[in-house]
Amino acid sequence: MADKIRVATTSLAGCFGCHMSLLDIDERMLQLVDLVEFDRSPITDIEHCTNCDIGLIEGGVCNSENVHVLREFRKNCKILVAVGACAINGGLPAIRNYMALEDCLKEAYIDGIGIENAQIPSDPELPLLLDQVHPIHEVVKVDYFLPGCPPSADVFWTFFTDLLEGRQPKLPYELVHYD
Amino acid sequence: MSKTIRIDGKEIPFEEGQTIMEAASAADVYIPHLCHHPDYTPHGSCKLCSVQVNGRNCTACTFPALEGQDIISQSQELQEDRQRITQMLFVEGNHFCPGCEKTGNCQLQAVGYYLNMLDNHFPHFYARREMDASHPDILIDHNRCIFCNLCVRASREKDGKNVFAISGRGINKRLVVNSSSGQLKDSDIDVNDSAVHICPTGAILIKRQGFRVPIGQRIYDHHQIDEVALEQESESHGR
Repeated sequence: MADKIRVATTSLAGCFGCHMSLLDIDERMLQLVDLVEFDRSPITDIEHCTNCDIGLIEGGVCNSENVHVLREFRKNCKILVAVGACAINGGLPAIRNYMALEDCLKEAYIDGIGIENAQIPSDPELPLLLDQVHPIHEVVKVDYFLPGCPPSADVFWTFFTDLLEGRQPKLPYELVHYD
Repeated sequence: MSKTIRIDGKEIPFEEGQTIMEAASAADVYIPHLCHHPDYTPHGSCKLCSVQVNGRNCTACTFPALEGQDIISQSQELQEDRQRITQMLFVEGNHFCPGCEKTGNCQLQAVGYYLNMLDNHFPHFYARREMDASHPDILIDHNRCIFCNLCVRASREKDGKNVFAISGRGINKRLVVNSSSGQLKDSDIDVNDSAVHICPTGAILIKRQGFRVPIGQRIYDHHQIDEVALEQESESHGR
């Protein structure tokens, strides 16, 4: 096990669609697990990232916990990969950037239809929301970007096989999609 | 004997009065562009078609073809410049492809694909821009306008209407509508106008057309922009 490539994954302000797309590599996953071992990931439910070769980040940065997790990944991963539109440009969560944060909270917790006992959550255990959603390259250095919403399973497969076979990862035209 | 220029070492014939872009396109040589369209006066604003002419950078859509020019277009340096320009267009606007109905038919997106642009590199502006949904048939989403001036030129030169103009400078630059209220519904634009159909991004959209062609079956889902542009534009260029 020790000579396997260690991979960690996480979802920040994302929808887990990129993780689902990773699972879409289907039976090739059996080939992949011969080569890689998953560290922190929704697949393993490990809480903290340890020394890894590759860190895959899905989602943008929308709160203080996202910043913390992102920095932990950068510190522990030799190669950090922004996966999907949200990690690369903020994606659909960044559409809230055009509204004041207070208005977003009011709409969600005070003024929304059918809300009872309206109040904005303020538990100290909740991560503080950032004023805006940011792509991850605005917080840490990112080594590779896999565009798409989500990137297709073939994108993940091409990226992994290129990297594991010592090639500079390169996506052919038909795999580069922003939507 | 016809006059020639050289583009990336290839001899290209040209006629007096042609621009480098026109000569290149007529010879099936693609130079990336967004603000250029063969039917309208060159504008030279997007700078994507920048080429090196005898060692000097020029925009191919505005620079005349002249005998003896040695032109470089496909160098790594120029492609990297074009990629940076495209990245700047993405971060200065609000281009969220998954939420845009122009996706797959969008020239800005297709140029990004062509240049193998995988990220936006720069910090995002997330500028706050309005939509104008006042017109019954046409929608303007100012978040996606790249100020290419094509709608301005099409309205003026082909439709004879002067519906659009670009106002302001720098970050305050914006597309404005020539009507008493500033809204599209009070202008004399019509859904059949050329200006409505020329937008290279999803800034000007025709209502009730979204998803008529499903995602995955759209133009740039299957064809690179170089082949599409050459096919659509070479006839006009070679005129």
